[in-house]
Amino acid sequence: MDWIESLITAWNGLNANKMRSGLTMLGVIIGVAAVIALLSIGQGVQESITGSITGAGSNLLFVAPGSFQMGGVQAPSGSAASLTYADAQAIADPRNVPDATIVAPEFTGNTQVIFGSANINTKVTGATPEYLTAFGMEISRGRFITEGDVNGRETVAVLGSTAASDLFGGFDPVGQKIKVSMPGAAGGRVSLTVVGILSPQGGSRFSDPDNAIIVPITTAQTKIFDGRNAQGESVVTSVNVVVGNEERVDAITNQINTLLLRRHGFKSGEEGDFSVVSQADLLATLTQVTNILVVFLGAIAAISLLVGGIGIMNIMLVSVTERTREIGLRKAMGARKVDILTQFLLEAIILSLAGGAIGIAVGVGIALLVNASGVTSAVVTSQSVILAVSFSVVVGLFFGIYPANHAAGLKPIEALRYE
Amino acid sequence: MIAIQNMTKVYGMGDAEVHALGGVSLEIAKGEWVAITGPSGSGKSTLMHIIGCLDSPTAGEYRLNGVEVSGMDDTQLASVRNREIGFVFQSFNLLSRVNALQQVMLPLQYQRGDKRLPRGDRAKRAREMLELVGLGDRMRHLPTELSGGQQQRVAIARALAQQPSILLADEPTGNLDSKSGAEVMEILHRLHREQGLTVVMVTHDPKVAAQAQRVIYFQDGLIAEPQQQGVA
Repeated sequence: MDWIESLITAWNGLNANKMRSGLTMLGVIIGVAAVIALLSIGQGVQESITGSITGAGSNLLFVAPGSFQMGGVQAPSGSAASLTYADAQAIADPRNVPDATIVAPEFTGNTQVIFGSANINTKVTGATPEYLTAFGMEISRGRFITEGDVNGRETVAVLGSTAASDLFGGFDPVGQKIKVSMPGAAGGRVSLTVVGILSPQGGSRFSDPDNAIIVPITTAQTKIFDGRNAQGESVVTSVNVVVGNEERVDAITNQINTLLLRRHGFKSGEEGDFSVVSQADLLATLTQVTNILVVFLGAIAAISLLVGGIGIMNIMLVSVTERTREIGLRKAMGARKVDILTQFLLEAIILSLAGGAIGIAVGVGIALLVNASGVTSAVVTSQSVILAVSFSVVVGLFFGIYPANHAAGLKPIEALRYE
Repeated sequence: MIAIQNMTKVYGMGDAEVHALGGVSLEIAKGEWVAITGPSGSGKSTLMHIIGCLDSPTAGEYRLNGVEVSGMDDTQLASVRNREIGFVFQSFNLLSRVNALQQVMLPLQYQRGDKRLPRGDRAKRAREMLELVGLGDRMRHLPTELSGGQQQRVAIARALAQQPSILLADEPTGNLDSKSGAEVMEILHRLHREQGLTVVMVTHDPKVAAQAQRVIYFQDGLIAEPQQQGVA
């Protein structure tokens, strides 16, 4: 028998029992599609999370009061009022930290923001003009906080795009006044004039900058929140440092550590009352979390593959057993063992490849649907496709040939008598 | 053409041993029509399967057309089955979901060597064979659309497609009513007469056996009383 002949025979064999062929293919399709879809969702989630971190720039450092615990929960910013505005100015001094390109201290707190009947509880960030460039933000209308605003403790505010539409709906907020509650015992409200709107940023860091309400840092410290520590020093909730050269991140982390340890009266090597965290550190922490997610989805995918594989195995075993008499008859007519094996091998190859192709289409389709739904992104990787297809093909071939090999090894009369 | 010497066949092992053939010697000449008959369990079907190379003997010699068959391996046996032997079964053994024409073409795809028919000529050969058994108008029919007698005729056409030297028929009329059975026997007669085909047939029906040139009676794995008859 030549190959074309074998192909025709295999095709006729599949065509003769479309139900059986379809069910076998279904096992392959489900296994392949599930693996591709699940792994692409895992990959997508991982990429979107790490992407949002690196999107903010991997050359960012955060200096925060208190100690940041890797892999744990960060203490609320500002809970220890140990980081002062003077510290931020020391970091900004090129004699202390020469490679720090931009130093942007901030004082952030949560409060109620009111305009008309709109009332939202949100984060109000006190910032300096450097904040805009430190996070790569852009102004779409109006202006950002200026040096003059900071020096004069002006009651002005810049809104993120989402915050603007939440408070003002359709119309132009620039020039409007919003009210901000003063938290704590004092109560009362501060009226702020909106002077600018930020362009939409998309997610970055832990919070959504599109929701931000930014005021001069001095205004936040003195007029909205209470930004002084027990010694009467002006404190900040964090200092954002942009490093000119990404490769210098570790060196600058050390420089800032040394500087602040000295300023806060600690000995070198002691654990200070502040922490310096780089984007890379945050990324490492988040990667731990997303890795768990990927492993979890991968486990589900592996179970799908297993179930799909068992499905293929069942159908193949049943169908070959069912076809033992056919094998006996073909042998009685002069088919050699190799002829029988070639036929079953080709049938299994056709089924596995066709099922694999449909499975890829279905899996990629699911990934596209997930993307379109907007719940999360899904990224189809070639590895997941190769993994899924090769597993299904191997299972399909093994369980297609193994029982056929047994049946083909029988004497024709034994196969013919098989019930 | 067929020469068998001291052939034994033992099934099972130990206490469960069954001696299906207890040392049978037999010769069948080219162009002969032989019926093998006897009660069930007498070994007649076992002998038939060994003659058809569907089964192998435990001991003994089997020469087919002067070639020793008993020592052949699986692949060589497959070749002998394809070249020399056409087998007709009691239960027809047609593939379901395959039409009559394709059934008859099946053995042709396993041909090797100089007898091999090119793919393009196979449908023609299959048509000729179906016409020979009177089914020229049923070529596209599936087994389920054919009567038992017609199915057995398809099986005969299939057995003859690769032009074997021997036709082996195992109870060819066993599953048929008497009218269909008579039709099938008529076809076998005609093939024997017109094509000079060697026919070996197993049957337990004395009336069917009586139509053969020679009847071999089997009992307990041995030939009981060789009977010679004139041409039927």
